[in-house]
Amino acid sequence: MPDTVIKVENISKQYRLGEVSTGTLMHDVNKWFYKVRGKENPYLKIGEENDRTKKTDSEYVWALRDINFEVKRGEALGIIGRNGAGKSTLLKILSRTTVPTIGSIKIKGRVASLLEVGTGFHPELTGRDNIFLNGAILGMTKREIKNKFDEIVDFAGVQRYIDTPVKRYSSGMYVRLAFGVAAHLEPEILIVDEVLAVGDAEFQKKCLGKMKDVSDKQGRTVLFVSHNMTAIKSLCTTVISLGNGLITEIGDSNSVINNYLYNHMNGGMIQSFENPKIAPGNEVAKLKRIEIRPELDYPEEPITVKKKINIDIEFWNFESNKTINLTIFFNNFAGECVFANGTVAKILPIGLHKATCAIPSNFLNDDTYNISLMIVGDSSYPIYFFENIVSFEVNEDRSGSSWHGKWPGYIRPKLDFIFLS
Amino acid sequence: MTKEKIKGNWDLVITPKSSLFDLNLKDLWRYRDLLVLFVKRDFKAQYKQTILGPLWHLIQPILTTAIFLLIFGKIANIPTDGIQPVLFYMSGITMWNYFSVCLTSTSNTFVVNAAIFGKVYFPRLIIPLSVVLSNIYRFGIQFGLLLAVMIWYQFHGFPIQISFLWFFIPLLLVIMAGIGLGLGIIVSSLTTKYRDFTILMTFIVQLLLYVTPVGYPISYLAKSKFKFIIEANPLSSLVEAFRFILFHKGSIQTGGILYSIIFMFSSLFIGLLIFSKVERSFMDTV
Repeated sequence: MPDTVIKVENISKQYRLGEVSTGTLMHDVNKWFYKVRGKENPYLKIGEENDRTKKTDSEYVWALRDINFEVKRGEALGIIGRNGAGKSTLLKILSRTTVPTIGSIKIKGRVASLLEVGTGFHPELTGRDNIFLNGAILGMTKREIKNKFDEIVDFAGVQRYIDTPVKRYSSGMYVRLAFGVAAHLEPEILIVDEVLAVGDAEFQKKCLGKMKDVSDKQGRTVLFVSHNMTAIKSLCTTVISLGNGLITEIGDSNSVINNYLYNHMNGGMIQSFENPKIAPGNEVAKLKRIEIRPELDYPEEPITVKKKINIDIEFWNFESNKTINLTIFFNNFAGECVFANGTVAKILPIGLHKATCAIPSNFLNDDTYNISLMIVGDSSYPIYFFENIVSFEVNEDRSGSSWHGKWPGYIRPKLDFIFLS
Repeated sequence: MTKEKIKGNWDLVITPKSSLFDLNLKDLWRYRDLLVLFVKRDFKAQYKQTILGPLWHLIQPILTTAIFLLIFGKIANIPTDGIQPVLFYMSGITMWNYFSVCLTSTSNTFVVNAAIFGKVYFPRLIIPLSVVLSNIYRFGIQFGLLLAVMIWYQFHGFPIQISFLWFFIPLLLVIMAGIGLGLGIIVSSLTTKYRDFTILMTFIVQLLLYVTPVGYPISYLAKSKFKFIIEANPLSSLVEAFRFILFHKGSIQTGGILYSIIFMFSSLFIGLLIFSKVERSFMDTV
């Protein structure tokens, strides 16, 4: 039975929202006053679950609440969750860039955390200097770096540029060199954020391969955060799913990931407002309903790349004979607009109006999409912009293929690409 | 229960609060290579793409000496303890420059390095230490300039006084650096949440120059009732001692030096306490 190398006990982390101002000073004074009288910090009692979509009055939120888990030596643990679920906060605490508000973490062995590649790279210094500097920042001694130096240069493939300032490097060379240093760290525990998943497919494969080596062959412990479920499944045996700062599930990676996908599929797919008084919008137009309506065979079926998806929109127009058209923006998880699409402009009477947009099957690639809606007046100016109002996730469906990497590209149309002979 | 018992066989225990005197000096030693590399980085990166390079370090004291010569010497007519005026001002400025750069560049440690501190852990104290060390080089250049000027005056009626006292110059430098570092890390710890101190710092350093005997000797204030202000300044006796060592004129006050040393240790001690408390969670407020 391998021993426990990380023991997380009752970790909670509270953050204060808003700006630092005289109000903060009052709270600080108040906290200090409680402390002097030997009482508990009064602000620890308040604070809410961290749901970023709800606006509340409380200035304090719990980014993490009562987190408990253990990691065994040689285990590869994945951490998943939506943006704002607390993944990064947990990594920050584990990698000692901040401390928990409550609780403790016990660690055996040396920890190296890669929340970013190339931390501390100085653009004016040569590749050689930066290898030493970056290695030392990540916790290696000069002697360790010296021993690994040739391997790092080999891995990065920058032999020719090693004495050139890194500001002259192409971005690809820069990232390869930075990852080269990181990949040759030899800590007992490696903490990796999804930043490593940036870069081209070949680079991703190299990163994942290296991490697999680290955990499988060298028996080191890896903590890996990612939104890429394929990567998590291939690397990790155990997965923690975080939601609003709490552990929602912990266990075998396949079952945790499937539950996570199912639970988050329907979240945020509909926004509906019955009362025009409180509906979002302005005096010209307001939104009644927007709904992502996938055409599924049975209700629990995940949306995959092979499904048709409809977007239904209902809105109120308050100006008589207003020329209006609608534009929908499809932003991917990284926040880039994949494409936008608009209706033709139409003169509309006062009242409720409906529109629908059909996305064919085999069109979107697997990703999370945030939908923004713009109601445009007189074909020239935005009446109202509903930013990221609904979202949905398109999942991989590659039955019949034996390759499991991430399919490249923003969209994934099925074209007539056929053998002629 | 002792600390060792709580730790058990764990290498690292992360908790919300550290004990007051948990300064983590062991960690600092483990990262000593990083300290050296940071000093090298500053050294190498500083003059990239400048034409004059390190010569910039000479222009500043030369111009400042010229202005001091004009204001304090010609206009205000303040005596210089019988030291050749150019040497008098330049020696004071060389010493002062080292202190002020130590103080100002360590005082923004957290704010300037927030990006890197947020991504990776290493003992934060490495950064201010590297600043203090890499500025010794700058002091060296300015001291070299001072020596060159002294040699020039050697042939113009102001012979150089070389004695065993010169061995104390590094000691003066260490005390200067210690005070600059101590005050700097106190200020840097305070600025993580409230930036008011950054603004305060810029003119505090300016004002401090006027209550340090750089443009005038302490002897000039012998009968002044405000002498106590100058004497309360821990830098005063250091600047005076520096001049005494170089020129054998003026005074060296053991009491004053002792005061400076005590001041250095207290500011370093308080600084380390606050710094090690702040470094743990400053990312949340910076």
